[in-house]
Amino acid sequence: MPDAGAREITFAQAVREALAEEMRRDSRVCILGEDVAEAGTPFKVLSGLVEEFGTGRVVDTPISEAGFTGVAVGAAMTGLRPVVDIMFGDFITLTMDQMVNQAAKVHYMSGGTWKVPMVMRTTLGATRRSAAQHSQSLHAWFSHVPGLKVALPSTPYDAKGLLKTAIRDENPVVFFEDKMMYKLKGSVPEEEYTIPFGVADVKRVGRDITLVGTSSMVQVALGAANLLQEAGISAEVIDPRTTWPLDEQTLIESAKKTSRVIVMDEGYGRYGVAAEIAAVIAEGAFYDLDAPVKRMGAMHVPIPFSPPLEDVTVPTEKSVFEAARALCNRS
Amino acid sequence: MTTIAVNATAGIRVERWIQMYRRMLRIRRFEEQVNELYTRALMPGLAHLYVGEEAVAVGICEALRLDDYITSTHRGHGHCLAKGASPDRMFAELLGKEAGYCRGKGGSMHIADPATGNLGANAIVAGSVGIATGAAFSAKHSGNHRVTVCFFGEGALGQGVLYEVMNLAQLWKLPVIYVCENNLYTEYTHYSETTAGDIGARAAAFGLQAESVDGQDVRAVYVVAKRLVDRAREGDGPAFLLCNTYRYSGHHVGDINREYYRSKQEEQTWKNQRDPIQRLANFLIEQKVADSALLDSIDAEVRSEMEKAVEFAIAAPYPRVQEVEQNIYA
Repeated sequence: MPDAGAREITFAQAVREALAEEMRRDSRVCILGEDVAEAGTPFKVLSGLVEEFGTGRVVDTPISEAGFTGVAVGAAMTGLRPVVDIMFGDFITLTMDQMVNQAAKVHYMSGGTWKVPMVMRTTLGATRRSAAQHSQSLHAWFSHVPGLKVALPSTPYDAKGLLKTAIRDENPVVFFEDKMMYKLKGSVPEEEYTIPFGVADVKRVGRDITLVGTSSMVQVALGAANLLQEAGISAEVIDPRTTWPLDEQTLIESAKKTSRVIVMDEGYGRYGVAAEIAAVIAEGAFYDLDAPVKRMGAMHVPIPFSPPLEDVTVPTEKSVFEAARALCNRS
Repeated sequence: MTTIAVNATAGIRVERWIQMYRRMLRIRRFEEQVNELYTRALMPGLAHLYVGEEAVAVGICEALRLDDYITSTHRGHGHCLAKGASPDRMFAELLGKEAGYCRGKGGSMHIADPATGNLGANAIVAGSVGIATGAAFSAKHSGNHRVTVCFFGEGALGQGVLYEVMNLAQLWKLPVIYVCENNLYTEYTHYSETTAGDIGARAAAFGLQAESVDGQDVRAVYVVAKRLVDRAREGDGPAFLLCNTYRYSGHHVGDINREYYRSKQEEQTWKNQRDPIQRLANFLIEQKVADSALLDSIDAEVRSEMEKAVEFAIAAPYPRVQEVEQNIYA
């Protein structure tokens, strides 16, 4: 956790700092993507990097997600440490062969002789009024594939520490940033730090129910926990931070302690990350549970444009609060 | 697009032609052993033979340095051998043995070898075009003057990612040669049924140096490859080389009955009149740089090498079952 006296910066600044520090530390690190240089991406996350590192290391590409992701795979195999920028998480569909059949499998298929130390940064999250092709949270797709690692930061502190770890990792890492969180401020120390993969963070300690949240859902869980406290229910909030590797032990121990669990993830509820985490908890804490593990995710619909429609597609503090209260038999 | 013809020895030393003869013959004899292993049910799965196309891999890899990179395809044994892979470890890989290049985890379609710059064969059609372009991006970034050759069949012309990366390579002047081996058949379909327009014009549209060559003439392949590779190494950018060739065997070793997509007469015409190994043999004899006794002795050496390599692979142990969960992550 960050020091109490650390300065406050935004999620976007934290991502930018992580990239800048790693690019200063290691000349092999370069960025590839659409409008990453002078434009600094539409979200302005990368603003200023091209001025410091030049267009040789902050490389604008054509709108060719498969092509430049493939280039990153080959560049990573041959000595660079590329970070590709996929503007909207919905566009990962265009990179699937490069990530799933190439990046994820090169090390294994080659008997461990080649490796692919690359990072794909992309976004997730709805409620930006961007409709069905710019609002999805598709991190479950990559979490499903052996050979990939998947990180889902939920605070500026985690974003910086996890991204630095991702860049230093010897494997392909997919790094999902909640696009609605870029302006979120949080404490981030001035000094160097990294956050290891596979270590969940207890964002709030509680005793009556465990709320497991990923990415955008961590803030929702914390908000719901405040509402629950007013209702006399003590909620523990746990953020796995990486879906693979997954810190199963921390999840199971919390479930054993509280005996009730809701798992929240902004991906589609069906066949998703929440389902996997719920299954891990059910298998590991079955005899200590007082209620079935509940999943909360995006509704199984393409994300609609119209605000009143879009707003009901994802879990909210209120819907989580009500679900938690019901699970604790206090509704 | 210009077509290259070579009439003379083009100033190339005799030893080099004999070396290329030996290398083509090694591929041919290797593949004959693969077919034999399949027929005798000693090889798990299938394999896609390179027989008939030897001049392409050998002529092009002859123009490369050991530290240059290649990417290969499901029909990749010829590329691996031409870049310097060892037959014994290749056969071991084909049989799923621990001594194989990939510890038995890759098999026929995934042989990779950092020591010879082989970034790996790839079983997704056009699957390696991004990787090859990325290797060229690395070379340009680090200034190490390595060239990457990206081998693919004409079937890959149907994949959009090829055009994405050719565009990138030309924009960034990357040292990569896209080598399209047109063996006429995309699996079981003649390429004319799948390919509109002119193949070379597709690359030329991006501004790539686009050329075509008789892929059954190793001397012609080598001469044009050398020029394109040197050009890329000097920073003059990528190229596209269309090699017109022919797949003697079926799509894979089990594709025996082929009359529904091509005639036996067509196969015989290519084998009898345009065989790349026989054509180089004829040239060497005409030029009096070799006689049939020399060529026969080379063949005997190559056959012996392949027989020993197969024996090694058959005798080699399988990986321990515990290996299954190793090498998922570096």
